[in-house]
Amino acid sequence: MTITFHLNGDEVSVPDIAPTTTLLDWLRNTRGLNGTKEGCNEGDCGACTVMVTDQDGPKALNACILFMPQLHGKSLHTVEGVANPDGTLHPVQKAMIDHHGSQCGFCTPGFIMSMVTAHTAGATDHDDQLAGNLCRCTGYAPIIRAAQAVQTAPVPKWLVTKPTQPQDALDNVMRPLSANDLAYQYAQRPTATLIAGATDVGLWVTKQLRDLDDVIFLDGCDDLKEISVTQDEVRFGALVNMNRVRETLTPIYPSYADMIRRYASQQVRNAATIGGNIANGSPIGDNPPALIALGARVHLRKQNTRRAILLEDFFIDYGKQDRSDGEFIEAITLPRGQDALRVYKVSKRFDQDISAVLGAFNIVIDQGYVTAACIAFGGMAAIPKRAKHVETALIGKAWTADTIRQAQSAFDADFSPLSDMRASALYRLETARALLARYAADLSGDHIPVLEVQ
Amino acid sequence: MSVAKPLPHDAAALHVTGQARYIDDIPLPANTLHLAFGLSAIAKGEITSIDLSDVHNCDGVIAVLTAHDLPFENDVSAAAHDEPLLATDQVHYNGQPVFLVIATSHRAARIAARKGTIQYNKEPTLLTLDQALAANSRFEDGPRIYEKGDASAAIDTAAHIIEDSFEIGGQEHFYLEGQAALALPQEDGGMLINSSTQHPSEIQHKVAHAIGLPMHAVRVETRRMGGGFGGKESQGNALAVACAVAARATGRPCKMRYDRDDDMVITGKRHAFRISYRAGFDDTGCLSGVEFTHLVDCGWAQDLSLPVADRAMLHSDNAYIIPNIRIESHRLKTNLQSATAYRGFGGPQGMLGIERVMDHAAHHLGIDPIELRKRNYYASPRNKCRKNTTPYGMNVTDFELHGLTDQLLQSSNYITRKAEIAQWNTTHETVKRGIAFSPVKFGISFTLTHLNQAGALVHVYQDGSIHLNHGGTEMGQGLFQKLAQVAAQCFDVDVTRIKITASDTDKVPNTSATAASSGSDLNGMAVKVACDTIRTRMAAYLAEYFHCNETAVKFLKDGVIIGDKTLSFSEAAMLCYTGRISLSSTGFYKTPSLQWDRIKGAGRPFFYFAYGAAITEVVVDAHTGENRILRADLLHDAGASLNPALDIGQIEGAYVQGAGWLTTEELVWNENGNLRTHAPSTYKIPACSDRPDIFNVALYDGEYRPDTIYRSKAVGEPPFMLGISAWLALSHAVSAFGPAYPHLNAPATPEELWQATKRVKHGI
Repeated sequence: MTITFHLNGDEVSVPDIAPTTTLLDWLRNTRGLNGTKEGCNEGDCGACTVMVTDQDGPKALNACILFMPQLHGKSLHTVEGVANPDGTLHPVQKAMIDHHGSQCGFCTPGFIMSMVTAHTAGATDHDDQLAGNLCRCTGYAPIIRAAQAVQTAPVPKWLVTKPTQPQDALDNVMRPLSANDLAYQYAQRPTATLIAGATDVGLWVTKQLRDLDDVIFLDGCDDLKEISVTQDEVRFGALVNMNRVRETLTPIYPSYADMIRRYASQQVRNAATIGGNIANGSPIGDNPPALIALGARVHLRKQNTRRAILLEDFFIDYGKQDRSDGEFIEAITLPRGQDALRVYKVSKRFDQDISAVLGAFNIVIDQGYVTAACIAFGGMAAIPKRAKHVETALIGKAWTADTIRQAQSAFDADFSPLSDMRASALYRLETARALLARYAADLSGDHIPVLEVQ
Repeated sequence: MSVAKPLPHDAAALHVTGQARYIDDIPLPANTLHLAFGLSAIAKGEITSIDLSDVHNCDGVIAVLTAHDLPFENDVSAAAHDEPLLATDQVHYNGQPVFLVIATSHRAARIAARKGTIQYNKEPTLLTLDQALAANSRFEDGPRIYEKGDASAAIDTAAHIIEDSFEIGGQEHFYLEGQAALALPQEDGGMLINSSTQHPSEIQHKVAHAIGLPMHAVRVETRRMGGGFGGKESQGNALAVACAVAARATGRPCKMRYDRDDDMVITGKRHAFRISYRAGFDDTGCLSGVEFTHLVDCGWAQDLSLPVADRAMLHSDNAYIIPNIRIESHRLKTNLQSATAYRGFGGPQGMLGIERVMDHAAHHLGIDPIELRKRNYYASPRNKCRKNTTPYGMNVTDFELHGLTDQLLQSSNYITRKAEIAQWNTTHETVKRGIAFSPVKFGISFTLTHLNQAGALVHVYQDGSIHLNHGGTEMGQGLFQKLAQVAAQCFDVDVTRIKITASDTDKVPNTSATAASSGSDLNGMAVKVACDTIRTRMAAYLAEYFHCNETAVKFLKDGVIIGDKTLSFSEAAMLCYTGRISLSSTGFYKTPSLQWDRIKGAGRPFFYFAYGAAITEVVVDAHTGENRILRADLLHDAGASLNPALDIGQIEGAYVQGAGWLTTEELVWNENGNLRTHAPSTYKIPACSDRPDIFNVALYDGEYRPDTIYRSKAVGEPPFMLGISAWLALSHAVSAFGPAYPHLNAPATPEELWQATKRVKHGI
């Protein structure tokens, strides 16, 4: 296996490397490129941010949880490669000096790379672009001033990234190039670890120190990255990353899309896939409750056998999903319809924080009566779970304050949440109740999110 | 003029290009070994056996050390000799280092470190303040008490009395660069240490003891840290000592850096406090007496807890003259990480106590909290008729807060906005806004008086370039640039002439930690002394050479004027060199006028006070406790700022860090003393969007400037406490939900605010 990609403009070939070597370790230990820093080694601080360009354009990614085979056929820029070789700084670098955007300087290379990527892409939502970069010194204000100062500056010519070379076969055993390929390979090695964006599997390696000897990288399966939007449904290939999910859903289910804005960080959303978020079965994944509330279906495939089930049936118990060895998620479909969906993410910190409670509500009210209700929660049980007692308490009733009050008391029958470092059981339960009231206020235009108070 | 210029950080261009070198970036000799600690998995007990065979069998493992293998003193404590590098027969917290793996790679060492099998006899743990108090588990023989007047009698006879108790959580430093050290054995048995430390001399001292050498045989170099905040004052000792011991044992270079989770599990944090208070005041809110009890969670070892707890007591008055006050401080020993220095060093906790009293009293009386605060302020130095004595007997002679507060009230438009907020709140049921003010008066000097000293070493080379070295360390605060500006000012040369070099115990010995906000005050003066010495020698020689009076020699704009003759600075340097003039000098400074008895709580512990004030506006949702800072206005007194850009950077950053401490940053341990918030996934420091939407920061042009380096003031810690206004603003917002006082604890997480909202509504 030889991995080929462009590093700061030059083609490099990396033969014979352990497939779960992280880009961060390779840059620092093998290439001596020490500008990219290790801050947390789990994708939460952004000190290791690099810019990776593929056919979709430039993306900021965390190098600490990016495995080397994921770079194949792409163009990588590190902090050492964004100034002109003649020494002229990138406008972002110069602005960070002029606006005093660095103090200790350790987070700075990561900030530079997030900012350069955003600048290259023309993005000006700086708070969202930088939500995955932590700085402990500056309080962020001078960094934002720097970003704003150069947002209209042209992209330097020297940074125009080379077109990526054709996808030559890396090794289709480890890196299949289509869903069919994958179906075949996975059937041969049904216990292999599938790696999509590696935002979770990365931590198995960097934090749990596991050796993953049998892995299949999914990144080459372009046919699993497709999105189709019809009048009736939206279909996401399993490998659609979360930023593309957000973009697609913005006009269709804006509340869901706005939640995705706060889902992890720009770097993580660029890598994390919707299929991966579902397949890992986490009780605190933020997609499943929203998808369950919409009645989404998951499309599974094993060799050439396909089946589709309701997503809520996919989650059986903690760590247990309805997926057999060798079976993988091919796609997610969600129906389109009247948009009554609202998704509320409650966490200690707004951005890049795992939810204490995530509630998704989809209640249809016809002439003052509840005709259908689908309500699902994350963080409240061992799996993403519907609030069926609450739904029952609502369906067929008049949509009134009284009904809502009665339905609120049904949460106890649906959930017995845990206490942990994110929140107590009581807070979770009471917040879940409160979110139903919030939903009612939201539908009537009375809900004022604290994020929108000026 | 070089000082007062808003120059960028000296390493800014290196930061933005990734060239700034931290410990983990230093190129290593090929035979370098890497270290990791095996950690205790219980919070307290006796070690009955350690089986390391699986550790030895791991790939790449060269050696594994336990306490019995250490050649000399097994101690990495700051002073008390109670903190072994490796646990002996007892473990005292969950995460304590028990054995040391020496391996061929960082990852190999980490993997092996998890393979030890340690058997324990578990013992009962003390994980809470209540448990420690009940067990009388404490440092020192009993509580420290500082007292002025008769607080109890004054409170008992007051028209109004309030009484309450609240919790203040600790805080993880979360420096972006984790702890790291590298030891390179030298040809003569000596050791060169590169360490990410605020205190190279302490590293030198601890390493020397650990490998049985005099201090002269150990050299410690620190170019920069990727953040310190107090977390690298003593917490780097363990890594440097481990590297030195391992390097001595193997004869090979050894490097250690903590993985982030290990860093958070092993190292100390800010001290958590519970503060109980009783206060008496009249109808106008003038305090007659206050009693405080501080319960301080020091963790398992003493570290710097005594001076931290002292400083909390010393800031229990903050900006207020309190005629009768009693502060009782219990320094409790628990089975948690040993709490350590953190920006403010106890001052923030002490200050939060009295600000809480002010807030509570204002709520009780229904008067504006700022009005109430102003009524209790220390007097302006112009007002000679009022006594201005702190609870520890020091006179406040530089009180700036009257003018500063008025200016801030104006610039922030407080009165109008407060009325608008009250109006807005009447029309919003589930969401309320709040606004609050808090002042800062922070004492500057180490309370351990002998630490208030510093040295510098300056060389002028024959080509006129200048090499500057001093005893301070650079952790992002811009100290090196400020000191280069001082040196440039002394010679009136351009700052680019000055080369700043890494802190190095071979160049400036016996340094104090860069801590207590003292870096530029102490080292700036030492630099000036060294530069002035050289300048005086140059002037004398040039006067003699050109046959004129010494007073006719002027250093001006990168040159020297000698009567009617003008030389460039380089020419002058060359001339002095050929004239055999010593162009190198040390400089030394010690802070004058200090005298302090920490047992009695009496004397003058501080050279001067730094002042500032903030007004913060927030919004809170009662259903979930979700909240946000909408606007902050900060006005801070940095004296005659050496570099206003760097000072404003310190103020902005400190505010956000202070607000983080009191809002989202929550440390949670489970019933086994296992820290559950040991990574940024679970421990939430402020992110980009958490900074205030509107963020106005300005320097105050004060009247009473101390006799410091160019009359500048220390700025590292004082603005951290401006973040208290955010916590008070949340309390104010919550109080709009009902009649009762919120009785808010810190940190005010969404859950805590949700609880407080219920208390307010139901009057609990």
